[in-house]
Amino acid sequence: MPKQIILAAHFPGVNNTTVWSDPDSGSQIDFASFVHLARTAERGLFDFFFLAEGLRLREQRGRIHDLDVVGRPDTLTVLAALAAVTTHLGLAGTLNATFREPYELARQLATLDHLSGGRAAWNVVTTSDAFTGENFRRGGFLDRSLRYERAAEFVSATRQLWESWPADAVVGDRASGRYLSTADPGTFSHHGDQFDIAGHFTVPRSPQLHPVILQAGDSPDGREFAAASADAIFSRHGTLEAGQEFYRDVKSRLDRHGRQPDDLKIIPGVTVVLGDTDAEAQEKAHHIRRQQFSPHTALLLLEQLWNRDLSGHDPEGPLPTIDPDVSGEAISRGRAGIHADPVATARQWRTLAEEKGLGIRDLIIEVAGRQSFVGTPQQVAERMNHFVQSDAADGFILVPHLTPGGLDEFVDQVVPLLQEKRVFRTRYTGTTLREHLGLGAARPVSPTVASA
Amino acid sequence: MSDSTLHLAVALDGLGWHPAAWRISPAEPAAPLSPRWWATLAGEAERAALDMVTLEDSLDLQSGAADGPDGHTDQMRGRLDALLVAARIAPLTRHIGLVPTTSVTHTEPFHVSTAVATLDHVSGGRAGWRPRVSARRSEARHFGRRDLPILDPTQLDDPETVRLIGDLFAEAGDAVEVVRRLWDSWQDDAEIRDVATGRFVDRDRLHYINFTGRWFSVKGPSIVPRPPQGQPVVAALAHSSVPYAFAARHADVVFVTPADAGHAAAIVAEIRAAEEIVGRTGPPLRILADLLVLLDETPALARGRRARLNDLASTDLHSDATTFTGTPGQLADLIQEWQRSGLAGFRLRPAVLPDDLTAITRALVPALRERNLFRAGYPGGTLRDLLGLPRPASRYAAVATA
Repeated sequence: MPKQIILAAHFPGVNNTTVWSDPDSGSQIDFASFVHLARTAERGLFDFFFLAEGLRLREQRGRIHDLDVVGRPDTLTVLAALAAVTTHLGLAGTLNATFREPYELARQLATLDHLSGGRAAWNVVTTSDAFTGENFRRGGFLDRSLRYERAAEFVSATRQLWESWPADAVVGDRASGRYLSTADPGTFSHHGDQFDIAGHFTVPRSPQLHPVILQAGDSPDGREFAAASADAIFSRHGTLEAGQEFYRDVKSRLDRHGRQPDDLKIIPGVTVVLGDTDAEAQEKAHHIRRQQFSPHTALLLLEQLWNRDLSGHDPEGPLPTIDPDVSGEAISRGRAGIHADPVATARQWRTLAEEKGLGIRDLIIEVAGRQSFVGTPQQVAERMNHFVQSDAADGFILVPHLTPGGLDEFVDQVVPLLQEKRVFRTRYTGTTLREHLGLGAARPVSPTVASA
Repeated sequence: MSDSTLHLAVALDGLGWHPAAWRISPAEPAAPLSPRWWATLAGEAERAALDMVTLEDSLDLQSGAADGPDGHTDQMRGRLDALLVAARIAPLTRHIGLVPTTSVTHTEPFHVSTAVATLDHVSGGRAGWRPRVSARRSEARHFGRRDLPILDPTQLDDPETVRLIGDLFAEAGDAVEVVRRLWDSWQDDAEIRDVATGRFVDRDRLHYINFTGRWFSVKGPSIVPRPPQGQPVVAALAHSSVPYAFAARHADVVFVTPADAGHAAAIVAEIRAAEEIVGRTGPPLRILADLLVLLDETPALARGRRARLNDLASTDLHSDATTFTGTPGQLADLIQEWQRSGLAGFRLRPAVLPDDLTAITRALVPALRERNLFRAGYPGGTLRDLLGLPRPASRYAAVATA
């Protein structure tokens, strides 16, 4: 039997992938938009819905970024509301562990798992970023080297809290008057470098015991953290070869944590453009890229590499001759830095622009604007399946460029083809997200739970 | 709509407020872990056109002890996060206000602000919020960031205790101030989608809140566009002068616990004085009296039910709120009498769920309607509209256009 493909839906976020200027673009905040996308994903029998998080509005040149979508709702609150209008779809959210505490987040996620009948998932992220920290009493003091240390200890403490109620704690025997089997349910204590906590958890064991844990992040530390602690990785490796290399590397790390290759799913974020013919799809993809990279946006993205005010430059004109500023404070804040060596990247871009005769905007489209799967539904289904069967991924998180209808075409046109190939479900066979993902039951960390 | 309309709320907690409620409730003992439970209760309250349901919460297990669990195995223990429960039932209701409790002692006001604003978005303007001080040492140990002493309820006049409680309420006040500023930090019309200039928002209509206080500083703006109500409804439970002042400064609605009509009048007077002292601007607090209610068809049946519950719990019912035991008609009499003390309405705490809730919705509410004390249905609109509270303009918009 061929590998089964995992499919997830990303609610369009606050980046230039999301095209708000399209006439078909709806509200990014009305709950109806979330309902439409989630119900479409569930109609397509997707594994889960994914919602990112923001904790500070992005800034560029000291001013609030105003070109892409700005503003979004609170992740957990939306997921809890979506649990009411869906029945099987997993509900995954990014929740930053730097500005939360294990007790608080563990009870929110356990609550979501109860309220959804076992469909909750958490994408663990941390930040060392003082800019975001300015919105929190914790402040932005987390040293960069401690990010994964805190994340690992956070997840460990959280798992302990999830396991703290015995499976049979709630007896509820009216005749004898015994509500609890123990006078001390939810007892826990965790003493580490990051957290020194003890007491009693308020939430009885949730349907999945451990809500599914996702992780995004590509550094060696991030890969190791995922191999030790995550159920799935939200990756971003574009080509088949890069995907295969990442897949091999991450799966090879599992053994030393006592885990099997199937215990960790690799799910890259991808974009899809469909057309009746390949040429039509390519034309649509080109049009979408032109919308994603307006002249203003192209210039701002260039500024993020150059780390200089380039507002005087013509977006259709040549690249700056001056090199990036690597000395000063970042011109762009609240956005993950993606350029390891800006000067080297700038030189590459200049060379590319000269070779192809590209102005700033076309260069940015060339280096940053790429749709993962473009073609007819048949072509896209075949390529996606090839990715999965050749171990470049276990599935995909689809990132539509339109809210809320950006998933409609895929569900109507591609999902049936994947089903014909027998690589995607034709009905939900389980009710929990763990079951959808083929993860099996959660592995308890506490010996008492393991033996129970 | 007239401000003289009686406001009615029900306080939902577990299987009811009596510790033995689970023994006689027809519901499954673990029902409060299921969303169906909360949806059913909120739907019942909505069919009677009640103003709102409140949902209790705490960062600690339910307990009768001053610190940590009390060792009871015969009472319900365990609960879900109230704000997420409110969000879960929001799409299943249409009119009723949803007022979860959250602690503000150990949480980040930024998170609370965005969560309540989002509850307002997903409910179409029906969000309220009850900030709660967490004074227990056991709760502090769940966070490991500060040490609190065990509060002795018999030593509340002790100077150290007075200082501590004052600090906790001052911190809570700062938290509410941050939350409210964040709600205002987006002007209503900040999203412009101006294709010509490529701008999604007008950044001049987004505002840094720049709050700096003793406990935290928060820069802002919010990440969530301004909620439908502008400011979701803030409610406080208050029993004495420190929380009265907190409510007068920071809340829209206050729940109080009078012993009788005379006491209610005295509390109303004290709160009005507190409003003067703190220089409250905007509409006066809506004052709702809390009553724990145990209802039955005859007074004798109600008393019998109470005795049975107390027997099952091996103790008499102790509550911060006055307990009413009687018929729905008698409760309507009491409400009519107490309302003359200047109360805007009542928050009823059902002793047993769903029984005492259905007695409220199916017997008390019709009795109040017969007396023209309660409206026949929902007039439409937000929770603020229902409570007769105007929608405030963003404080920053006012400055920006001045």
